[in-house]
Amino acid sequence: MTARVEVFVQLKDGMLDPQGKTLEHALASLGYSGVQDVRVGKWITFAVAGENPEAVRKQVDEMCSRLLANTVIERYSFELVEDAS
Amino acid sequence: MSGAPIGIVRFPGTNCDQDVFDAVAATDGARAVWLWHKETDLAGVRGIVLAGGFSYGDYLRAGAIARFSPIMERVIRFAEAGGPVLGICNGFQILTEAGLLPGALMRNARLSFVCREQWLRIDSDDTAFTRHFQRGQLVRFPVAHGEGNYVADEETLDRLEGEGRVVFRYVDETGAATAVANPNGSARNIAGIAGERRNVVGLMPHPDRAMSLLVGSDDGRGVFRGLAEAAA
Repeated sequence: MTARVEVFVQLKDGMLDPQGKTLEHALASLGYSGVQDVRVGKWITFAVAGENPEAVRKQVDEMCSRLLANTVIERYSFELVEDAS
Repeated sequence: MSGAPIGIVRFPGTNCDQDVFDAVAATDGARAVWLWHKETDLAGVRGIVLAGGFSYGDYLRAGAIARFSPIMERVIRFAEAGGPVLGICNGFQILTEAGLLPGALMRNARLSFVCREQWLRIDSDDTAFTRHFQRGQLVRFPVAHGEGNYVADEETLDRLEGEGRVVFRYVDETGAATAVANPNGSARNIAGIAGERRNVVGLMPHPDRAMSLLVGSDDGRGVFRGLAEAAA
C-alpha cells in the first residue's frame, strides 16, 4: 500500500513561542482583540509505501522521533490517508 | 606543518569555518585540517571543531540535518571515545541534535537575531577548553545567532549545575547573570555546557571571533590553546 502522510509538529505546551506571540500581537493590531495562545507549528506531508497501515505508522513514528521533531522541545502527531490508486 | 591535527567540519552552509581554521592555525601545537561532511574517515585528527553557520540552511531545525551527515557518525564515535569536540554556535546546535549534549536551542526569546559583544563567566574550568581560565573569570566573546535560547527540563538543568557542567554563562560586565545580560532567553543564562565526560563542549558565543585585540578581544585564545593540549 501507499499512504499519504500528514505530520504536525508543534512546540510543547509551555515552551515560549516567539513567532506565535508576534502573530498574536499583529492580529491584535489588526483589530482581532480576542485572539490568544497563538502557536506556530510545522505541517509536513509525504507519500510512503509499506506493507500495511500498522507498519507504515510504526515507520512514520520513528521518522518523527528521529528527525522530523525534536522531542526535547516539540510534540508531534500524524495522520495517514491510504492512497487508493 | 607540525602540531596536533584538529579537524574542522564543513557542512553546506557552514560559514565560520575559515575563522575557526585561522584560530586553530594561530594556536601553538595545533594544525588545522578540513573535514568535509560527506567524509567517513576522520583522517587521524585528534580534536574536532564544529564551526558556526547555517548548516543545510537551518532547514527543519538548526543542526537537525547536519546531525545525520556521514561525518557525524564518526564525530559521535570520536566523542564517545573521549576525544575533544567543540561546537560553536551552529556547532552547539548540532551537538544537542546529535544527543552528545542535553537540551535544545530554540528561537531567541526576544525575536531578534542578536549580534554583539557579550560578557561571559567561566563557570567550569574543568574542561579541556577552559583549563586556561579560572572559575569565575570574565571573558568577552561575540554572539551572533537567532536560535540560541537554551532550554532543558528542570531536572536536566539541576543536574548540569550540580555536576559543574555549565561552562559559560551570560553575565554583565560585573559578572552578574542578569536578565538584561541574557541575549536570548536561555535558561539560567546558560551560554555553554559540557557533556558528562567533559570532553564535549558546546557554546553559542564565538571564541573564534575573539582571537585578536584588533577585533576587540583575544579571550578566545585560551579555548583553542586548551583544545591543542587536549589533542596533543
